[in-house]
Amino acid sequence: MSEALSTVVKEACTAADRDPTRLMDIVNQVQRKLGQVSPTAMDLIASELGCQRVEVESVVSFYAFLSAEPQGKIVIRVCNDVIDRLEGADAVLDAFADALGIRVGETTPDGRITLMTTPCVGMSDQAPAALINSHVLVDLDPSKARHIALQLKASGDPHRLVTKLGDGNNAHELVQSMVHNNIHQTGPVVFAEFAMGSALRKALSMTPQEVIRDVKTSRIRGRGGAGFPTGMKWDFARAAPGDRKVVICNADEGEPGTFKDRVILTERASLMFEGMTIAGYAIGADLGILYLRAEYLYLRALLESILDERRAAGLLGKGIGGKAGFDFDIRIQMGGGAYVCGEETALISSCEGKRGDPKNRPPFPAQKGYLGRPSVVNNVETFCCVARVLEQGAGWFAQLGSKGTSGTKVLSVSGDCKRPGVYELEFGITLAALLKLVGAEDAGAVQVGGPSGQLVGPASFERTICYDDLATGGSIMVFNRSRDILGIARGFVEFFCEESCGYCTPCRVGNELLKERLDTIIAGRGEPSDLAYLEELGAIMKLASRCGLGQTSANPVLTTIKHFRPEYEARLRAPQRGEQRRFDFNAAVAGAERIAGHQSVQHGAHEEHGTAE
Amino acid sequence: MSKPKVATTSMCGCFGCHMSILDIDDRILKLVELIEFDKSPINDIKSFTGRCAIGLLEGGVANDENYHVLKAFRENCDILISVGECAKNGGVPALRNPIPLQECLEEAYLRGPTVYNPLQVIPNDVEIPLLLDKVYPCHEVVKIDYHLAGCPPSADTIWETLVALLSGKPVALPYSLLKYD
Repeated sequence: MSEALSTVVKEACTAADRDPTRLMDIVNQVQRKLGQVSPTAMDLIASELGCQRVEVESVVSFYAFLSAEPQGKIVIRVCNDVIDRLEGADAVLDAFADALGIRVGETTPDGRITLMTTPCVGMSDQAPAALINSHVLVDLDPSKARHIALQLKASGDPHRLVTKLGDGNNAHELVQSMVHNNIHQTGPVVFAEFAMGSALRKALSMTPQEVIRDVKTSRIRGRGGAGFPTGMKWDFARAAPGDRKVVICNADEGEPGTFKDRVILTERASLMFEGMTIAGYAIGADLGILYLRAEYLYLRALLESILDERRAAGLLGKGIGGKAGFDFDIRIQMGGGAYVCGEETALISSCEGKRGDPKNRPPFPAQKGYLGRPSVVNNVETFCCVARVLEQGAGWFAQLGSKGTSGTKVLSVSGDCKRPGVYELEFGITLAALLKLVGAEDAGAVQVGGPSGQLVGPASFERTICYDDLATGGSIMVFNRSRDILGIARGFVEFFCEESCGYCTPCRVGNELLKERLDTIIAGRGEPSDLAYLEELGAIMKLASRCGLGQTSANPVLTTIKHFRPEYEARLRAPQRGEQRRFDFNAAVAGAERIAGHQSVQHGAHEEHGTAE
Repeated sequence: MSKPKVATTSMCGCFGCHMSILDIDDRILKLVELIEFDKSPINDIKSFTGRCAIGLLEGGVANDENYHVLKAFRENCDILISVGECAKNGGVPALRNPIPLQECLEEAYLRGPTVYNPLQVIPNDVEIPLLLDKVYPCHEVVKIDYHLAGCPPSADTIWETLVALLSGKPVALPYSLLKYD
């Protein structure tokens, strides 16, 4: 064991008070310093923490940003989200690979630079994007990628790649990022001006019960996508037995095409922290956790400084606002690159220093959450809304929006439109009005709510965005009429195959089966019975999966079959005479043809037979 | 009325299942009263002469010729039966499936300890069937109606199955014909 490894591991463990529940912090730090969490490091971490080695290994093997194998000092992660790929991410990836002389997943021979792909990094409005260590590079193209690769080879310093800073806090000295906010429409709730402490002071002048009553009166529902009534959730947590309760903010914005939390974290973090503090007061919590996705590490220093500012102003810490007994502070928990951690029980597992496995429910987090304590988990935007409810009044909030859904929604719009970016709009806007606003007159299909939401066509453009009709956690992906619907669905299914945690079979296997049959159809070997098969399989996954990921991962297929059936039917062929169409003879014999140097006498027989019918 | 026809073939198998067919012994005389053999190694008829009621398949699909034969069976037979382990699952030949084809051929023709091949050429005459990337069970290539387990299935199993199918009765084999330990 090298001296350096031992020092780094011991430092990381000491910094986390040798607390096994802080394993995420420890392995993240070791990974950052050593470029890997080697088997030796795992042994040492386990012995330092007094836990089993397998507990460490299961965490390291789970998260995409952790690696048991050595990685380069510089890791390039090219976003391969559907939108990024439509914008040319594949060519960018090829350019990186070519300029570095390596393939995806490999490290340069000098061990300095590793090239990988990663799902949506929350930059769909400025795609294609890539992460280089924690630095975000946006609006890439192949020539920029080549240039970046050369610069990295020469200087080895990713920070030097940041040339033009973005707008707003992206240019803050603690952020210094090229990311742009792209706020095209501000609204009265999230992006209105905010004076730190104004909402909390009002909350503290009320009893916790009154605060929850106001939250209920505002009719606010969770902004993450599921839309659970926030006041009810808080009520459950307040009523749950236990004296140490927890408020968790879910900033693991992983749903492809969603990037509104990125902008809120950049520009309105104080409002969000204020909402968390109000929640702490309302449910009687002493601990707040902001679970920040690994892709947003570049925002951490800014967020920490805002927390410090709030502590200095007496808005966090002991006896907040002069209220004796109201002690509440917030820590930031970094994620490790796992989409499933956006699911609240998986997120809690991750906060506890474990793999991001979802938990069985009941008990619900509000009863037994983080370390068994009653916990409220809400989205970034939800906390912002709550702070505003307290500041402006529940009645004011309730009259915004549509009849069934109060308030505004911050939407992240990306894809084929003239003005991709962030829009804060009142609930109840029709899709058609939104498309006009963003400059997407040519839209042929819109993915509402990300891959786990639904893909709708022009027939649905008069529908409204709200929880009673088209629900969304913020992701709106626009596709023009020339886009291949099945290709889009295929991209989403591939994403879910990658991100399934693998715990339950309906999700782990179901997504693979969806992909296999979709590929058969795309390859032109689909038969009419396949659509029924896909629908049946999707229904089983919905019914039998353990968490929201599996329950919604069939949606890209199910909703495209529902709204774009002709697209599928055009690719189907008549049933064959007993041949299994998934068997691809030409592919099966290709290797032997290459070795023998001549074609099989049967080559092409499969197709001829197919069309002869 | 002419007798129903039965065809048989051995693809990537060892002919053991055909031996088991012959193991019905003198019942073969009863069988030819019931049926007429069409394409089969038993009578050496090479091509189908007409529509067959039943096709018995031995062996998996390992090369392009097997594929061609299997397709012809599906086209010409009403009922296809995978007979034995290789037809059902690929069997022993499928042990090569995890090994890339190139490596298999190199081991067999270039590098193996007993190989004498001074020209170092992997046989590539156009007359030699080309191997597929792996050995496929029959049902992954065409639709199969019945599977008879066993290596080989016993003569009684094959006999009972044929008799039931030919007389239009359900194939309900007794436990003694289905247990293999």
